[in-house]
Amino acid sequence: MLASPVLILGARSDIGRALAKGYAAQGCEVILAARGDISADATDLALRSQAKVRSVSFDVTDGKPDAFFDALGVVPGTIVMVAGLLGDQAESAAHDEAAQKVMDSNYNGPSRYLLAAARRMASVPDACIIGISSVAGERGRASNFVYGSAKAGFTAFLSGLRNAHAKTGLHVMTVKPGFVRTQMTAGMKLSPVMTAEPEQVADAIIKAQGRKADVIYTLGRWRLVMAIIRAIPEPIFKKLSL
Amino acid sequence: MPYSAPLAGWGRYPVRDCTVWQPTTAQALHETLGPLPVSIARGNGRSYGDASLNPEATIDMRRLDRLIAFDDATGAMECEAGVLLSDLVAAFVPRGWFPPVTPGTRMVTIGGMIASDVHGKNHHVAGSFCDHVDWFDLDLGDGRVLRCSRTENPDLFAATCGGMGLTGIVVRAAFRMLRIETAFMRQRTIRVGNLDQALSVFEQSHGSTYSVAWIDCMATGRHLGRSAILLGEHARVDELDERRRAAPLARPVRKPKTVPIDFPGFALSGFNVKMFNHLYYAMQRPGDEVVDIDPYFYPLDALFEWNRIYGRRGFVQYQSVLPLAESETGMRRLLEAISAAGAGSFLAVLKRMGPQSFGMLSFPMEGYTLALDFPATPGNLQLLERLDAITADHGGRVYLTKDARVSAQMFAAGYPRLQEFRNLRAQYGLDQRFSSLLSQRLGL
Repeated sequence: MLASPVLILGARSDIGRALAKGYAAQGCEVILAARGDISADATDLALRSQAKVRSVSFDVTDGKPDAFFDALGVVPGTIVMVAGLLGDQAESAAHDEAAQKVMDSNYNGPSRYLLAAARRMASVPDACIIGISSVAGERGRASNFVYGSAKAGFTAFLSGLRNAHAKTGLHVMTVKPGFVRTQMTAGMKLSPVMTAEPEQVADAIIKAQGRKADVIYTLGRWRLVMAIIRAIPEPIFKKLSL
Repeated sequence: MPYSAPLAGWGRYPVRDCTVWQPTTAQALHETLGPLPVSIARGNGRSYGDASLNPEATIDMRRLDRLIAFDDATGAMECEAGVLLSDLVAAFVPRGWFPPVTPGTRMVTIGGMIASDVHGKNHHVAGSFCDHVDWFDLDLGDGRVLRCSRTENPDLFAATCGGMGLTGIVVRAAFRMLRIETAFMRQRTIRVGNLDQALSVFEQSHGSTYSVAWIDCMATGRHLGRSAILLGEHARVDELDERRRAAPLARPVRKPKTVPIDFPGFALSGFNVKMFNHLYYAMQRPGDEVVDIDPYFYPLDALFEWNRIYGRRGFVQYQSVLPLAESETGMRRLLEAISAAGAGSFLAVLKRMGPQSFGMLSFPMEGYTLALDFPATPGNLQLLERLDAITADHGGRVYLTKDARVSAQMFAAGYPRLQEFRNLRAQYGLDQRFSSLLSQRLGL
């Protein structure tokens, strides 16, 4: 059961767009939330799907989650937190401001928004909060540990939120997509076997919501790969360049 | 941020490393174009050759893919240029609307359809796609974005329709969709034993909305040009059986199959192709039937990446059109040259075209067009030179959208309005701002 309306936080991203199309195709009412004006995307989606769609302005780092939800005028049945920022590890290592932005966009902001959401959604039937976290959060690596550690925090947050609401109606799902062919990864040389299309990720999420899954890797093979990476002893791991 | 990637057209020949920008809004596109010295737009990469490649700057338009407005009373559609035809078909067939003109694949963008001024099986009655376009907004790359239509900037309108993206970048467009009652086609299959009969059936079939012939290009002698001609009409509700009448616009979705590997070269041996053509001809049962709309228009879309059938080296598609008066002798010579070389393709297509369109470089002209594909081998490339010579002899032209190798001279001979097109490019400074490997090859 997919509870409407579905609020997509970070609707301008490729995964956000694919999710919006997916939910609209299922007949859900959809609210697109992104920085700036995203009304053209809402018009597009409404024309394509004939679903009810509207757009709101949203900035995950603004520190005003309660004001956002109060202004929304409705309590969502489903929330997907897609917002996030890969950033640049070298820049984060060199500049405090860059590091803070990555941490705020991937941990502080998303977690505070979802706390505010959970306060409102606990009594909504079939309510569901979905957080897009990352396989990068499973072990810190030299190449992206500022992003990875923020995602690790977000993963732990989602698991705790799920635990806290195990006895209310609110379901919490963690998604670890692995590589996805998006704007964020455009031009990167990604293994085709390990890389999903945004539409695949969206399909997997919507299906998993239906069966109330707790944690999903949208490509199952990532579960195995990450199990191996987690199992490497730290003295060896620290010498690898991953 | 741009990135670098090896790009090719649908024929996978040639492949070149290109610097790619992917703007997500018209404004972002505008800001991207500003500082770029030269660029070319790329839609879904379904033109076959080098038309959508510019190593210095290729603009991937697929993220400008928003519908802007649709009028359910008139079928007037307004959308961004990167919208996929497949998305329109998926969203609007169930609501009783179909694109007014569609090429043989729905995996194309609206911008690409304008740049190629694509035609379909209904060209003889409906004209090409741009005949149904009311207007578009064209980003000239120099700060100007101009509304172009038959009355506003008509020179740019005529140059851009079929202009292969060389007159600026279409940002958004408005066109008319076609009302349909059902998601089914009434199809009539007529088998004919030779070219004369095929042409004569076409000449008697002007009343059919859709017509196309699959032609056995391996047949020789008195069988030369034997074909299965397929005539089609959108089925009306009262023409459906009871089961289909319950949901006349339901469009069964089949999951496309993917060609998993590059086929080895020998898979396309003369023997295999001959057998395939033979069997395919035999399979076309004459008579009338009602078929689904998707396989009718897009038989090859059911097979993802079917271009891999031609192997790693890629393939070239050859499509030329001959004027009506020259069609009979010219087509005979083309088919003789192809069958003599033993280099037939899996699917060769013959079609009667209607009158020339208003687009300066628009491909269609009143007459007959033949389309086939070949693996890109040295021998086949030589054969295509001979086909060029025959096409030129009979006053015909080649289709740039399918082309990867034609000479500048051959191209110029077929397009009488080329100078007008060049003048317009120079007048607006577009020759300095937009180019592709195709335009460089052809001296456009």
